[in-house]
Amino acid sequence: MSNSVRPAVTLTGIRKNFGLLEVLHGVSLTANQGEVISILGSSGSGKSTLLRCVNMLEVPNSGSVSIMGEEIALNHRSGHPSRPKYPKQVNRLRERAAMVFQSFNLWSHLTILQNVMEAPLHVQRRDRNECHAEAEALLERVGIAAKRNAFPSELSGGQQQRAAIARALAMRPEVLLFDEPTSALDPELVGEVLRVMRNLAAEGRTMLIVTHEMDFARDVSSRSVFLHQGVIAEEGLSSEMFANPRTERFRQFLRRDGAASH
Amino acid sequence: MPFDPLFLWQTFIALLAGIPLALKLAVFSIAVGTVLAFSLALMRVSRRWWLDFPARFYIFSFRGTPLLVQIYIIYYGLSQFPGLRHSLLWPFLREAYWCALAALALNTAAYSAEIMRGGLLSVPAGQIEAARACGMARVLVFRRIIIPQAIRQMLPGYSNEVILMVKSTSLASTITLMEITGMAAKLISETYRPVEVFACAGAIYLTMNFIAARLFALIEWSLWPERRKTRGPVDLADQKGELHV
Repeated sequence: MSNSVRPAVTLTGIRKNFGLLEVLHGVSLTANQGEVISILGSSGSGKSTLLRCVNMLEVPNSGSVSIMGEEIALNHRSGHPSRPKYPKQVNRLRERAAMVFQSFNLWSHLTILQNVMEAPLHVQRRDRNECHAEAEALLERVGIAAKRNAFPSELSGGQQQRAAIARALAMRPEVLLFDEPTSALDPELVGEVLRVMRNLAAEGRTMLIVTHEMDFARDVSSRSVFLHQGVIAEEGLSSEMFANPRTERFRQFLRRDGAASH
Repeated sequence: MPFDPLFLWQTFIALLAGIPLALKLAVFSIAVGTVLAFSLALMRVSRRWWLDFPARFYIFSFRGTPLLVQIYIIYYGLSQFPGLRHSLLWPFLREAYWCALAALALNTAAYSAEIMRGGLLSVPAGQIEAARACGMARVLVFRRIIIPQAIRQMLPGYSNEVILMVKSTSLASTITLMEITGMAAKLISETYRPVEVFACAGAIYLTMNFIAARLFALIEWSLWPERRKTRGPVDLADQKGELHV
């Protein structure tokens, strides 16, 4: 392996069950630095769960997760849900792999600027002036600087999601995790969020994106992973996968998705 | 019944002397009750049955029985236990004031705990998850994300409880305490003019609760900056039925 290709996120043999239902049956996936990976699949395929295993919002029942070469220590106990061994390690790694949610999840009692400054200031304990300047620059970058003193409830969905992306970037993460970032948006607001994400991809950021935006997956992500019923049914370079789907499952998925124009 | 402004005025002045005791009972019982309530609310949301169940039982008992019965049990009932009579607590428990204070505090703790639990549970799970995903430790999530929102959410219910407590101090008159209602009863036994005397007492409670309600409206106003942008301070009654989405 050359110096330039280093894994940012490595998932190995991830299994996850909720009660008796196993939703991931041993999934392995590596995202190298600078790679943009789309995780595709119909609802219930386990794609969101897989992404949430990266930052331990869901703790896998078996398998391992490494972020920037550091493996998260887990206690796998038979008959009990698994737990991270060291909550501090998980918190530290969460700063390096920031997440953007489907429902934005901005903190409603804080202004947009305060939302963006919260984690750098109180989790990373960086200098207030520096946090402030950086937050302003990020808001400028995602195009909502004018809304810095507004509260989340005063913003449109697209603006909220862009604020949430700024909030994620404010921690200076090495990996960005997107969990269906445009699925809760009105169709006319999807474009503005995708534009921001395109820019981030062009910057060479490492991104894992669970998405239903097929055009975006094809054009922006370097690789795609198609999950079906908790296993990877097909994966490869996005350009090749979309041009020549190898499996019938993925072909079907693309057809249905095209018809529904999700 | 002739209208007698002079008598009304004299009664009013006489009853004012009962305010300090009533206020003392209200303020201290609410202060102690709030601390207790916070612990009970935390026990309720802890998801550990051995913390949850005792809190549930406590709340069930104190919400399910009349405050008057609680006051009687503490004031009249505790002396039946020789062990208590010889304990260090007895100098307090034999005094009507401390008994009333204890009963009021224990009672309001049960109600406030449920109000606080409601506030804590009202914080959207997604916002808590986002905080965790930013690497916040549990304590930090609680302090920075949950508590500020829970307080705003519980204020209307809590202001109700405070107003109820101010009125509940009148029950202390049943165990010899000369707060506003106690003094009113005494005045009536001297003058046989219950209408004027109770009207004066009622006016005093009304004034105290008016101030309390305005105080809470002010606190609410200061904690909801995004509401403040669109309108000024509004009556608490106004916001009760309002859904904040």
